[in-house]
Amino acid sequence: MAMLAFLVLAVTAVASGVAVFTVDSMARATFALALSFVAVGGELILLDLAYLGVITVLMMVMEMAIMVVFMVMFMMNPAGLMPMSMLHNKRGALVISAGTFLVLAAGAVTVPWPTRRGAEPADPTRALGEALMGPKMLVMMAVSAVLFATMVSALVLAVAHGRYERPGPPDGDAGPAPRDRLDRAHRDGPTP
Amino acid sequence: MTLQLYLLLAAALFAVGLYGALSQQSVVMVMMGLELMVNAVIVVAAAFWYFCAPSSPDGQVLVLVVISAMTVEMAMGFAVTTLLFRASDADMTDMAAELNG
Repeated sequence: MAMLAFLVLAVTAVASGVAVFTVDSMARATFALALSFVAVGGELILLDLAYLGVITVLMMVMEMAIMVVFMVMFMMNPAGLMPMSMLHNKRGALVISAGTFLVLAAGAVTVPWPTRRGAEPADPTRALGEALMGPKMLVMMAVSAVLFATMVSALVLAVAHGRYERPGPPDGDAGPAPRDRLDRAHRDGPTP
Repeated sequence: MTLQLYLLLAAALFAVGLYGALSQQSVVMVMMGLELMVNAVIVVAAAFWYFCAPSSPDGQVLVLVVISAMTVEMAMGFAVTTLLFRASDADMTDMAAELNG
């Protein structure tokens, strides 16, 4: 039963991964990627990682819901109405990725992996929580600092005026260093 | 279910993601390829935890770190894509070749 579930989820994950790059609409590609993540979350649940599986599904479904907005913004070939190739160097990419798959698969099959040491805890989620709040606290603190830095730097990159809002002189008033006159009052309205 | 099967699944996901990251022209689609590759890393970390060392939580912690790396990658990727589009109207990788030399 578990084997059957594994196979169904694995085929779903890989097939929808392939669909991401074969469907002709980028919005459909986003939903295919979400399906692939849901299948991987299911694989985690099969490994008794209920918590990690569920957060993978939740986070990735939310992420894809946000991503679809960006997809619509940057869409090439909207809804398949303007058929065009979204690819470059297709043959080279195929060769490289097939080669990578063969090398990784050969490694997976031939390497004598270590046998199972120890038994899993009764509640893996509790074990994870105790590790994060105990000996692995540094990981949690590093992740939280990185996430905060990401929020700040993503905003700084994405807003139109960048890190410093430097209004500069009005158009046509060419000073020596127009972008560096920090004493000027803010302009009204959005920065161009 | 064996470790080998999980590793094969991860290898397939990684290869598909690599193909996408190498062949897609749109910056956003390249990021989707990267996400698929990170997805494979999640599978591998979870499989090694379950099949090799289930008694220590290290594998689970690694999965957690990889998931947060994935969100960081996506947030920064979209910020850079937006900046790139605003600065030079580029939404394809071939159009952002200023550093090519």
